[in-house]
Amino acid sequence: MKYLEEFRDPHLAQKLLSGIATVTTKPWVIMEVCGGQTHAIIRNGIDQLLPRQIELVHGPGCPVCVTPLEMIDRALAIASREEVIFTSFGDMLRVPGSEKDLFMVKSEGGDVRMVYSPLDAVKLARENPNRQVVFFAVGFETTAPLTAMAVWQAKQQGLDNFTMLVAHVLVPPAMTALLSSSENRVQAFLAAGHVCTVMGWEEYLPISERYRVPIIVTGFEPVDILEGIFMAVQQLEQGRAEVENQYRRVVKREGNRPAQELIRRVFQVGSRKWRGIGEFPQSGLSLRPEFEEYDAEKRFDTESINVEEPPECISGLILQGLKKPHECDQFGKRCTPQSPMGATMVSSEGACAAYYNYHRHQDDRVES
Amino acid sequence: MCLAIPGKVIEITEENGIQMGRIDYAGTVNTACLAYVPEVKIGQYVIVHAGFALSIVDEEEAKKTLELFGEIADQAARKGLDVFGMPLKPDDERGEKDQ
Repeated sequence: MKYLEEFRDPHLAQKLLSGIATVTTKPWVIMEVCGGQTHAIIRNGIDQLLPRQIELVHGPGCPVCVTPLEMIDRALAIASREEVIFTSFGDMLRVPGSEKDLFMVKSEGGDVRMVYSPLDAVKLARENPNRQVVFFAVGFETTAPLTAMAVWQAKQQGLDNFTMLVAHVLVPPAMTALLSSSENRVQAFLAAGHVCTVMGWEEYLPISERYRVPIIVTGFEPVDILEGIFMAVQQLEQGRAEVENQYRRVVKREGNRPAQELIRRVFQVGSRKWRGIGEFPQSGLSLRPEFEEYDAEKRFDTESINVEEPPECISGLILQGLKKPHECDQFGKRCTPQSPMGATMVSSEGACAAYYNYHRHQDDRVES
Repeated sequence: MCLAIPGKVIEITEENGIQMGRIDYAGTVNTACLAYVPEVKIGQYVIVHAGFALSIVDEEEAKKTLELFGEIADQAARKGLDVFGMPLKPDDERGEKDQ
């Protein structure tokens, strides 16, 4: 497939690995922000092929993983209502709430449907005027233009039976929170290429400057990730801290302006709770007051549902790069993808699921 | 969740006042919203996330990236060893072995 296979070329990958081995003289800790990158790294064994001095830690960029438990419980409460058609991307359906997941609600008679695009949910609302159609708007800046368009379209079409349960989160505040922590180990970031496709990379300039960290906007294929690591290590070794764009074929400095414009018209930035990490300011999106009628939390009055995270799951530490999945006592024992205790084991992009699925039960890196 | 894949625009249409299109992903054809890439033309590749094109793939940059990978990595590798601590084999020799 054009623009995919050539970026999976093993010869190029081998050359880049040699390049990385050549420029590396000291130990460095690099975080890949996005769960899609984590998955590609583990699936391709990139972490095992790097020189031992390079440690990759897996970041919080998995929206399924960071959606708080209480938001899942709110989704379950709404989806259980008789008048509701509850729509969601497939990866949210198996995420466990306090007592069940969306699949269980479906098996109990709830009308839960997986959709490919948020516009499919708008179409369902148009076709079912006597039902309430709710879309679970989860995701980072990559997904926000899609859900913004869904609300915009619902308004244009005068639909009064479409609402969204909004749980959007933003990447730069999460990176800032990690860097501000006294426990931070991250020395460079591979920024999430598709988030930057929408937002561009100018908002990372002050972060790179303030915390003196290289930030490399990176794609998702093995060769992209290796070049991102190569660029990060070169900066670290040379004592530079800049924002560079590895994913030039897709990401422009200014991002996608029409997408940003619609996000701004529909959503406002505010405080949001991240599963396992906690609440921090300016880290999420919610609907602007003029779109309040499309807010499922208001229509179905779920704001009173609040729950605590189970204490034995260490997904918060994993999402901050402070622990590796196999360092958890429950990993592969009480906690597996079939019976997950926390969201990092549920989502296929979660670090725990990636480690489990690719049999990464210990640090079995190739000796170099 | 931020998964997005490249596909070729083969048809541009309009639906409820927004620009939509048919996208060919190496043989599998699906519909996507093109409202965020208003300047797109038939034949161009776009990056599609959950039914929305978010960027037009820059063909020149893609080519340059691949060429640069080769060059930069070659230069660095010329001085070094491979990741297993063994001297790097010349490209032609490795090519033969892999075939």
